[in-house]
Amino acid sequence: MNTTTTADSHEHHDHKPKGIMRWILTTNHKDIGSLYLMFSFLMFIIGGAMAMVIRAELYQPGLQIVEPNFFNQMTTVHGLIMVFGAVMPAFTGLANWLIPMMIGAPDMALPRMNNWSFWILPMAFTILLSSLFMEGGGPNFGWTFYAPLSTTYAPDSTALFVFAIHIMGISSILGAINVVVTIINMRAPGMTYMKMPLFVWTWLITAFLLIAVMPVLAATVTMVLTDKYFGTSFFAAAGGGDPVLFQHIFWFFGHPEVYIMILPSFGIISAIVPTFSRKKLFGYSSMVYATSSIALLSFLVWAHHMFTTGMPVAAELFFMYCTMLISVPTGVKVFNWVATMWRGSLTFETPMLFAIAFIVLFSIGGFSGLMLAITPADFQYHDTYFVVAHFHYVLVTGAIFSIMAAAYYWLPKWTGYMYDERLGKLHFWTSVISVNVLFFPMHFLGLAGMPRRVPDYALQFADFNQLVSIGGFAFGLSQLIFLVVVIKCARGGEKAPAKPWEGAEGLEWDMPSPAPYHSHTTPPRVK
Amino acid sequence: MTEQTSLAQKNKRLIVRLFSIIGVMFCFGFALVPLYDVFCEFTGLNGRNVVRSEAPSTLIDTSRTVRIEFTTSVAPGMPWRFKPVTKAIDVHPGENKVVKFSAFNPTKHKIIGQAIPSVSPGLASLYLNKTECFCFNQQPLNAGENVEMGLVFFISPDLPEHIKTMTLSYTLFNVSDSVSPPEIAALF
Repeated sequence: MNTTTTADSHEHHDHKPKGIMRWILTTNHKDIGSLYLMFSFLMFIIGGAMAMVIRAELYQPGLQIVEPNFFNQMTTVHGLIMVFGAVMPAFTGLANWLIPMMIGAPDMALPRMNNWSFWILPMAFTILLSSLFMEGGGPNFGWTFYAPLSTTYAPDSTALFVFAIHIMGISSILGAINVVVTIINMRAPGMTYMKMPLFVWTWLITAFLLIAVMPVLAATVTMVLTDKYFGTSFFAAAGGGDPVLFQHIFWFFGHPEVYIMILPSFGIISAIVPTFSRKKLFGYSSMVYATSSIALLSFLVWAHHMFTTGMPVAAELFFMYCTMLISVPTGVKVFNWVATMWRGSLTFETPMLFAIAFIVLFSIGGFSGLMLAITPADFQYHDTYFVVAHFHYVLVTGAIFSIMAAAYYWLPKWTGYMYDERLGKLHFWTSVISVNVLFFPMHFLGLAGMPRRVPDYALQFADFNQLVSIGGFAFGLSQLIFLVVVIKCARGGEKAPAKPWEGAEGLEWDMPSPAPYHSHTTPPRVK
Repeated sequence: MTEQTSLAQKNKRLIVRLFSIIGVMFCFGFALVPLYDVFCEFTGLNGRNVVRSEAPSTLIDTSRTVRIEFTTSVAPGMPWRFKPVTKAIDVHPGENKVVKFSAFNPTKHKIIGQAIPSVSPGLASLYLNKTECFCFNQQPLNAGENVEMGLVFFISPDLPEHIKTMTLSYTLFNVSDSVSPPEIAALF
């Protein structure tokens, strides 16, 4: 595609190997960013296909399409793929593409490590997906792999699951190190911390969260491995261990992990909303402090996933109040976005539509989270579809919508062409309608007592499940429109100017579109 | 050129620091295991710690009684029949009591069992003192053998007033596979 367009690179050599070797050997942050983004979309489709299997089975009560054990494998691997294969790599891909351009650096600080941190990911997912075809099946214990489901009762392929998680963890850690080193050491002269775009800020904080908790996940899966295969008893009561301990260690990783999947979204929305409101972001520094406090609080709330394990009242209250405290910095953010739009001259291009949908629908997910935080209420909601509705509102209409918004927003910069606005709007409207048909009724199913992760259900849930499944199929199909938009945009179309959005701010818009292979060969001066 | 090398050095220093955080956090994951045990022992949080008393109680609080219920279960893979002989008793705090549990091995081979206690409400576990318990040791049973296993306990007189009933539950696990042959020889 971009062959001779790169200007003024007399010291940098722009020739790269042709064909597949270009991608395997690349150390260029844009190539690696593209690889991450394409890989995450592939995983999004695979994980989405599994969701379609789940929704097809749940279309009617009774067992009709798949066996219960395979259903469990689908729920498990759907979760693992979407968390570790779709959302996290998409954010890492965006970080690779954007952070060097945004802070005025020529590339990421550690380009060769960057190559590795991407290329071990396909290995990890090949291992994970291949375990589905093994005798006894793949992981079927839920993405949270609670012991003893993942130890005593787990299929023989559990070792493959453990190794896949190890490799994914190493990939995330290497990616995070690269981001931290790049942001701390490679900023252009004059780019002080409090001048960094919020996407860079949120990613810096996310990277520290990754560095802090991915090793804990590695320790957890290692303990599962030795419990299952080498006779240790970390989580086996017979040998003096405790299955509840598993949940504590897992959620010590797990709760910061869910913020890893949402903080970069906050950065994206904080870039898009000011652009299409043609105003400066309201409350920049409060955004930075809010993000930091969300990150710190995330280490103090893990046991709100475990209210029903029989903790003493004092502990339940502590975790309940800490959890509710998180809504304060999150509320600050939502307030700031709305205040940014207030009296702005708004236009509603596709990125802005996704950003506004994010603000509204993520807030709904936040509110149901607040309901779940209330200990006595959680005793009713625990392990029901209410929880499923909650985390899909924050992850699909939260994280995924922000990734979509980011893709539309920066596509002209990446490809040099404008995307098809009409198709983009079609993608948005089909997605936003179907996603609510898909997830909103789940709240009611959960309140009425339908348990999650079960392939069959009582008859009174039949109508709503049918509705949910129809929404699911429609949402799944809508995402194919996105694929068409991206392919069309990569192949050509209306030429994009350096700054396709009138109100956009930031160093990346000073570069020509498409962005040259090497960013900022001479560091820009930031006023 | 000097700028380049100083950047490389800065990067290296930062990478070393970040990797050491990773090392520390990986170890922290494992350190949570003993930390959790200490924390539970200290606070009685999950009802599984056992207070082992060397001496029986001497002080008896006759002003109130506490009901102690006994339940048993066997873990999957354990074929024994395991029952409390006494289902429930009323005791004064400080009073020493003996209760029996019966176990029967209906299979045609010998099996080693290990009982794991759990107390509900969890905080009450801090006040349940066991002077003797079959759960302190592994219990071997030959094929078709029957055994009555004893538990000697008392409730601390400083048990909070609001606890009127507590349940002591035992789960029996088959640990034959995890006991080494010399240990088995010593048991039988």
